[in-house]
Amino acid sequence: MTIHVDIVSAEAELYSGLAEMVFAPAELGEVGIAPRHAPFITKLRPGEVRVKISDSESHPFFVSGGILEVQPHLVTILADTAIRAKDIDEAAVLEAKAKAEQALADKTNKIDYATAQAQLIQAVMQLRTLDRLRKRGG
Amino acid sequence: MAVGKEIRTKIGSIKNTQKITRAMEMVAASKMRKTQNRMQATRPYSKKIGQIIKHLAHAKAEYKHPYLIAREVKRVGIIVATSDRGLCGGLNANLFRKMLAQLKQWQNENIDVDVCTIGSKGAGFFSNLQTTHLVGQISKLGDTPHLSDIVGIIKIMLDAFDEKRIDELYVVYNEFENTMVQKPGIQKLLPVMADEIEHDLTGHWDYIYEPDAKDVLDNLLTRYIESIVYQGLVENNACEQAARMVAMKSASDNAGNLIGELQLVYNKARQAAITQEISEIVAGAAAV
Repeated sequence: MTIHVDIVSAEAELYSGLAEMVFAPAELGEVGIAPRHAPFITKLRPGEVRVKISDSESHPFFVSGGILEVQPHLVTILADTAIRAKDIDEAAVLEAKAKAEQALADKTNKIDYATAQAQLIQAVMQLRTLDRLRKRGG
Repeated sequence: MAVGKEIRTKIGSIKNTQKITRAMEMVAASKMRKTQNRMQATRPYSKKIGQIIKHLAHAKAEYKHPYLIAREVKRVGIIVATSDRGLCGGLNANLFRKMLAQLKQWQNENIDVDVCTIGSKGAGFFSNLQTTHLVGQISKLGDTPHLSDIVGIIKIMLDAFDEKRIDELYVVYNEFENTMVQKPGIQKLLPVMADEIEHDLTGHWDYIYEPDAKDVLDNLLTRYIESIVYQGLVENNACEQAARMVAMKSASDNAGNLIGELQLVYNKARQAAITQEISEIVAGAAAV
C-alpha cells in the first residue's frame, strides 16, 4: 500500500509521488507516517525528511522547518525555504520600517490625489538619485 | 555635402535609442520566461496551503483563530507589490490608479490606511501621499526574490493585526493574464474568509494537532499569508517583464517609423539641394 506525498516550498515544488512511508522531524520528535494514518498536523523542526519509496529506495530532503499535514492517503509537507527564528524575523521588521521612514523623509512637498500621479515620476527620480548618491558616498 | 546635417544627427540618435530599446526588449523577453516559470513554481505551495486551510476551516476546530474572525473595520493595511524600475508601460500607473480609487472609497468611509510597499516605485508613490501611512518598505529584491526578503513587511502587518491596529489586510499586485494583458488586482488576506472557501468535505472530522491547535494554526496562517504575498510579488515580476517587453517593442517600432520619416525628409532635402545646384549651374552657363 502506498501514500501520496507532496513536498512543496513557497518557491518551488520539491517532490510529488507515491511512497510506502514518510519520516519527518516533527516538533515533538521524529514521526513515521504510513498509509491510512489518522488526520494529523504538526510543525516541523529543521532536519531531514525521508520519503521511503521501496525497501531499497528512499529520497532524503532537508527542510529548515515547516508544516506536516497528514490525511489517510495524502501527506503534504510545506517546507520553509529559510531558517525561521523570532529574532531574524524581528530584524527584517526593523529593516522594513527603517526603509519606510527613509522613503517618507524624501518627501518634498504636500500633494493631493489629483497631483499625486504627476509627482510620481519626479519622486521616483529623486529617490533614485538619492540611492545613487548614497551608494557613491559609501 | 552639408545638406541636412541636423537631420542626419537626429537619425543617428534615434538609431542609438532604438538599439537600446531593442536590447531591453530582448532582455525582458528572456527574463519574462524565467519569471513565468517562477510564477508556476509557487503555485503548488499556495494551492496546498489553501487546501489545508480549507480543511481546517471546516473541520470542527475547537480553536477559532483571530485571523478567521471578521471585525468592524476602522483601519486597513495594504501590501503593495510594484516594480523597482520604470520603462514598463503603464504597469505601475494602472496599479496606482486602481489603488487611488479604492483609497478614496476608504477615505469616504473614514477608514485609515497603513501601507507596506515592495519595490521602489511604490515607495516613491506612497511617501508622497498624505492620506496613507507608509509603515514598511522593501525594495531592490531583483528578479529572483526570496520569501525571506518579504517576511519583514508581512510581519509588520500581521503584528498590527494581532494588536488590533488594523482590522483588514489586503495585497495589491498586477495579475498576469497573458503577455499582453496585466490586470491590477486587490485581494483580501485577512480576515481569512472561511465561508468563501468552497465546502467539499463530507462529515466532520478534526486533525490531531501537535503540539496544539493554536500553535499550528498560527504557524499555518502566517505561512498562508506569506505565500499569497510572495505569489503576488512573483506574479507582479512576471507582469513587469511582460509589460516592459511590450513597451520596448512598441518603442522600437516607433523609432523605426520615425527613422523612416526622417530619412524621407532627408532624401527630399538632399534631392532639392542637388536640383537647385544644377539649375544654378545651368542658369550660370546660359548667362555666359
